[in-house]
Amino acid sequence: MTAENPGTADSSINRTERPTVSAASARSVTERESYAIEEETPKITVDNLNLYYGNDQALHNINLTIPEKRVTAFIGPSGCGKSTLLRCFNRMNDLVDICRIEGEIRMDDKNIYDRDVDVADLRRSVGMVFQKPNPFPKSIYENVAYGLRLQGVKSRRVLDEVVEKSLRAAALWDEVKDRLQDNAFGMSGGQQQRLVIARAIAIEPEVILLDEPASALDPISTLKIEELINELKHQYTIIIVTHNMQQAARVSDYTAFMYMGKLIEFGDTDTLFTNPSKKQTEDYITGRYG
Amino acid sequence: MKQWFKSGSPWIWLNAGAVSLCMIMVVGLIGLIAIRGFGHFWPADVAQITMVGADGQRRELIGELVRSQTVPAAVARDSGEVVPESEELVVRHLIKVGNRDQTGQDFVWHLDLYMEPWQYPDNIFVVERREWGNFYGTPVALLQDGNVVSTPSDDAFWSSLQAAIDRSLQIYDRIHELERGEIGRINTALERLRLDERTLELNPLSPEMEALERARIATGRSQLEAEYALLRQELDALYDSTERDTLRMQTSQGNEVNISFAHIMRVTAPNTMSVFQKSVQYVERLWEFMTDEPREANTEGGIFPAIFGTVTMVMVMSIIVTPFGILAAIYLREYAKQGTMTRIIRISVYNLAGVPSIVYGVFGLGFFVYFLGGNIDQLFYEASLPAPTFGTPGLFWASLTLALLTLPIVIVSTEEGLSRIPSTIRQGSLALGATKSETLWKVIVPLATPAMMTGLILAIARAAGEVAPLMLVGVVKLAPTLPIDGTFPFIHLERKIMHLGFHIYDVGFQSPNVEAARPLVYATALILVMLIVILNLTAISIRNHLRERYRSAGD
Repeated sequence: MTAENPGTADSSINRTERPTVSAASARSVTERESYAIEEETPKITVDNLNLYYGNDQALHNINLTIPEKRVTAFIGPSGCGKSTLLRCFNRMNDLVDICRIEGEIRMDDKNIYDRDVDVADLRRSVGMVFQKPNPFPKSIYENVAYGLRLQGVKSRRVLDEVVEKSLRAAALWDEVKDRLQDNAFGMSGGQQQRLVIARAIAIEPEVILLDEPASALDPISTLKIEELINELKHQYTIIIVTHNMQQAARVSDYTAFMYMGKLIEFGDTDTLFTNPSKKQTEDYITGRYG
Repeated sequence: MKQWFKSGSPWIWLNAGAVSLCMIMVVGLIGLIAIRGFGHFWPADVAQITMVGADGQRRELIGELVRSQTVPAAVARDSGEVVPESEELVVRHLIKVGNRDQTGQDFVWHLDLYMEPWQYPDNIFVVERREWGNFYGTPVALLQDGNVVSTPSDDAFWSSLQAAIDRSLQIYDRIHELERGEIGRINTALERLRLDERTLELNPLSPEMEALERARIATGRSQLEAEYALLRQELDALYDSTERDTLRMQTSQGNEVNISFAHIMRVTAPNTMSVFQKSVQYVERLWEFMTDEPREANTEGGIFPAIFGTVTMVMVMSIIVTPFGILAAIYLREYAKQGTMTRIIRISVYNLAGVPSIVYGVFGLGFFVYFLGGNIDQLFYEASLPAPTFGTPGLFWASLTLALLTLPIVIVSTEEGLSRIPSTIRQGSLALGATKSETLWKVIVPLATPAMMTGLILAIARAAGEVAPLMLVGVVKLAPTLPIDGTFPFIHLERKIMHLGFHIYDVGFQSPNVEAARPLVYATALILVMLIVILNLTAISIRNHLRERYRSAGD
């Protein structure tokens, strides 16, 4: 299975912090031996969620609890609805006219689809990073400061501070500190993606959604992003959608496997990858389809 | 052969051929205009030609060769020439003989057949005059108050001639300054007082107030009139002094003519000039052409008011069309629900671009000028009625009509620019908690500016070259004042303007003096083309600058 067959990024780069021979052994050096969903504080709870695009049902009766300050990965074949589900958490699906949602998504016991929820407020506390780096046509500094400026922060001192802090948190500060006023388009793809993450954490969200954040990047940049995710989970609840099962195994604490718009299996990553309870999950992670 | 077709080379040849054909046509057109137009300013040598008629009579002729052609003898006979039976083809020359005040016509055709060899004597002078065009002849004497002070045999003749010209040009400038500047200002002030008086009649005030107001008007008026009397005196003195010097010239026919220096702009002896001197004069004349006002029914002088009018109108049009077009496009693309209604509106907008421009002209005249302008006059310029202020064609209406005409262009390209922006950028902003309008103004619109500039460039190119609708809504053959000047409120949107495109039409087809006008048509056309190129290059460089800033956003 995949665990015996690490990705190219891993084999070529010697990482000191943890050897990535397998997902299971990677866990052994982190602070906790095993993860048990019962012991976690729930951050987001999905209750009987159904989602339709016009007459087509894209998500079928999803029930899920996302634990706080953990990395949760959604895996599954293309078109299984994992990105759609991810986009429900910050209501990005609202942008699609024909999209209709039934059920509840509660964040800290508040249904985010309630009428009195301000979508802009919600998105401020649920940040999102997309598959393709999408910096704005502005300087590096202004990209990071964008969210704060939207909130009306004008003080140069505060902005400088937050920009530096966010860029440091995104492991980008050393690379860009001398060219903060340069256009963000001048950066490499991996740097742009980390800039986008810095931009997301500058407004201090509670949850960060990552929609295949490394699929457009080279192995080295991918590695950096993964290390970054590992750092960020101490502060933020992270949900990541990925095609790459090794990546899910490497970075996540919990994994949800989705297929055809249904949540097939959800559990801690070690168990799901080593001892899946469903046949479909096993077939997928052993590469029999998908 | 089959192999050759398969290889695709025929297509390459066909495409390359089409491109070269286009290039040849464009380059040829510009080249033709440039040569015909700019050749006109070169100081040509002036020939002295002796003609021996069929009857043995000798006639002298002084003038510049304009062009020559070979025509069948029958054509020459039809135009009244006597051609011997033996000749089948004859060469005829068009010669600019000037002296319109003497002979009535300044361009004449003559058969080469009857000409003796041409001579280019040094003592032929060309006198450029403000009225009646050029004078060609030989100098006789320089007169001051009717007395001869210098003759061509004197060494100092040329320098005293130039001194007299300099003096008269200075006086002319001063007169011009007084008439345009000072007296113009007084006239404007008087007109304002008249309007105040008229307002008083229309809206009566209390008796005391009215008495005060009338007193103010009366004192103002008497002050201005006193100022005017002073200026009038100075002006009269200047006019008198311009009459001091006169130049006595002899025509080719042997008549002597006195030309007052008040009318002389320049005296040259082209046959004695070196190529360098001619080049200097060429530049001078070209500069005059671009900076002077037209004279003699637009067939002489410059085209400055037309250049100025065109540029002003295009600027005002850009100021109007840009915000309207961009806002409309943003609404259509970003806010409007993309349904049947939006599609109908979009198709209508696209089709507006295909409406003949004269239709816009008629609409502009009917709606803008008569309806809007008429109502504006009723509301704000009641005092000057029945003379219309905005109720008559003018700069603003011309610009507005052109803005309407170019609106579809701006809308279409802005919409295309907006639709090309990747949705991920939009989502990135929304995901940070930006509202739709924040996303639009902070991210989307800046990214779409290059596309908006493209729309503006196309609009400018279209508007600067448009003539038909302008004839109805504000462009005239000769506008006495520029739309921007030093008197309040500085930009006079209600004034009529001159326009290069209309100038070409007017000079080329409405002019009494076809031969004099012909080179000016070419020159004006070239200036118009160059102006459009300059306006476009400016806009393109701005766009490229912006594009550089947002370089890879569209990738």
